[in-house]
Amino acid sequence: MNPLDLLTFARGDALNWALMLFAAGVVLRLFEIFGLGRKPDLAQPRSDSPGSGWRTMFTRSLPPQGLLKREPVTYIGGYVFHLGLLANIFFFAPHIEFFRNMFGIGWPGLPSAMVDASAVAAIAALGVLLAHRLTNPVKRMLSGFGDYLAWAVTLLPLLTGYLAYHHLLFEYTLMLSLHLFSVELLLVLLPFTKLFHTFSVFISRWYNGDIFGRKGVAS
Amino acid sequence: MSATLEKGLNSFKEVIDAPIASFFSSCVHCGLCAEACLFYTETGDAKYTPIHKLEPLRRVWQQEYTLLGKLGKALGLSLPVTDAELEEWEPLVYDSCTLCGRCSMVCPVGNDLTYMIRKMREGMAASGHAQEDLIAATTRAVTIGSPMGIKWPAVLAQIKHVQAETGIEVPVEKEGADYLVLMSSMEIINFPEYLSALSRIFKQAGVSWTLAQDAFEATNSGIQIGASDLAREIVSRIVVAAERLKVKCVISPECGHAFTALRWEGPNLMGRPFGFEVKHILEVLDELHKAGKLKTQGKDKRALTYHDPCQIARRGGVVEQPRRLLNEVASDFREMPDAGVMNWCCGGGGGVSANTRAEPLRLQAFKHKKGQIEATGAHTLVTACANCRIVMEEGLEHYHMNTEVIGLTELLAQYLVEDNAT
Repeated sequence: MNPLDLLTFARGDALNWALMLFAAGVVLRLFEIFGLGRKPDLAQPRSDSPGSGWRTMFTRSLPPQGLLKREPVTYIGGYVFHLGLLANIFFFAPHIEFFRNMFGIGWPGLPSAMVDASAVAAIAALGVLLAHRLTNPVKRMLSGFGDYLAWAVTLLPLLTGYLAYHHLLFEYTLMLSLHLFSVELLLVLLPFTKLFHTFSVFISRWYNGDIFGRKGVAS
Repeated sequence: MSATLEKGLNSFKEVIDAPIASFFSSCVHCGLCAEACLFYTETGDAKYTPIHKLEPLRRVWQQEYTLLGKLGKALGLSLPVTDAELEEWEPLVYDSCTLCGRCSMVCPVGNDLTYMIRKMREGMAASGHAQEDLIAATTRAVTIGSPMGIKWPAVLAQIKHVQAETGIEVPVEKEGADYLVLMSSMEIINFPEYLSALSRIFKQAGVSWTLAQDAFEATNSGIQIGASDLAREIVSRIVVAAERLKVKCVISPECGHAFTALRWEGPNLMGRPFGFEVKHILEVLDELHKAGKLKTQGKDKRALTYHDPCQIARRGGVVEQPRRLLNEVASDFREMPDAGVMNWCCGGGGGVSANTRAEPLRLQAFKHKKGQIEATGAHTLVTACANCRIVMEEGLEHYHMNTEVIGLTELLAQYLVEDNAT
């Protein structure tokens, strides 16, 4: 198989399979969560917090008072990584082109240099966060194989994308194939690792906000 | 009913619902919950990380309610939850968690860890791994009527004492009264000021209230130990009395978990909404104050600070009321750092104060409260929970701090304008 065939496979069958497994996995995981149900709360809620669950979905992205100071690495590293990743996935012109081809909708992108810088920042943040995970006693205790696997499969698309964009390491066609394979690996594993928080974070935050909101507390 | 591992595991399976599944699915092992927990911040020991305390429950969720977990279990690849493990986890679940809810406010993915610990304790109790002092307290609550073993004659003695002191009749078993007043054992034994203050305030405000002979105790160790069947039995006494006396509202006393037990868990334990309201005493006092029925005169000149009981503020939504009331009677009220919904626990909530094994850890955890109090420069600490009060009094004594602790209701009564004509 020459590099072009490999790229064709990466863009074709491999991508289709990965997307199918991703979609099936996400649906399964959502079903696993919602299928458990929730007993209705019979306590009369306070009336002053309607929509608390929806608010908490967004407000929980900000650190509560004092926490940023106590855990700057986790917060700043977390922000830099997530924002960098977001910029790369959704605001890199070739990616938008890819989405346009696939879903028929596109949107304006960011200048390539800016996306490039955000990729470097996100990769650096992942490095710092890994070092923190290995050295911080709490994080090290909580971490297992799944955490390091999730870290690795998140890093690979960023790294291979960066290398492909700069024509480094391997010939471009091969590098681009590797980039696609790494994305496909991420897609397949996402529903079954902690990376599923991409979706479930909105559910858990909603429940948190709802539980607190019923008691009249904005969480 | 004997406790077995099987019952415990079944109980774990029963309590896991969609919120818990979403919480475990979302956890990214960031460890931020540790920074919110006073047992971690004051000891630096990683084992006190809140999400770690839930590890056995998490594995049951994974092995029973996820496809991969079920596959792993079928292939014998997963680590089953054992009796030995639950025994090891018992101090983490009962000694080092006060159900204060601070971690639930901090978790970036929105996990309500306290909700999960409360539920996990159901399985701990069912598997025979509940803390033994809590078991004894719950047994007393069910058989005698109060976790501290107090019976009606003790309450009656206090009523007589209060009547002699104030000259005001304390109504008992008065059908059709607006409010049913409850107390905590701690108030009956240690803080008789509460009933006395309440009698005077209600007399001045013209409030129609009553005590009930068979439902004077508001506390409910069933929700602390994690035994919903016992918690239901304890709460049902109050519900039955409130319905018999046809009151409009039941007043939860200056006690944190009693409010949670009655206000938020009560209807769910009973399986039906209540036909009466449940309010914390601070809510009632604030309403009376707003209606102009609670008049005070003069102000306390001392520097005062207020400790928000977790179950009243963060888990109860009563935050502004104590501030409004305090500013009415205090000229130098100072807030602690992190006051309000992000306040730090006294270290003795969630049954920890009843747990003798936890005492050294509790006193170590109190250092956080100590720092908060010192930051205000105040030497008078006001609160609205008799349990917080006794825990803080012990902590203050342990650290040789010259700080007095008083209940807010009692402070208000000191500045009450009393109409002597009636």
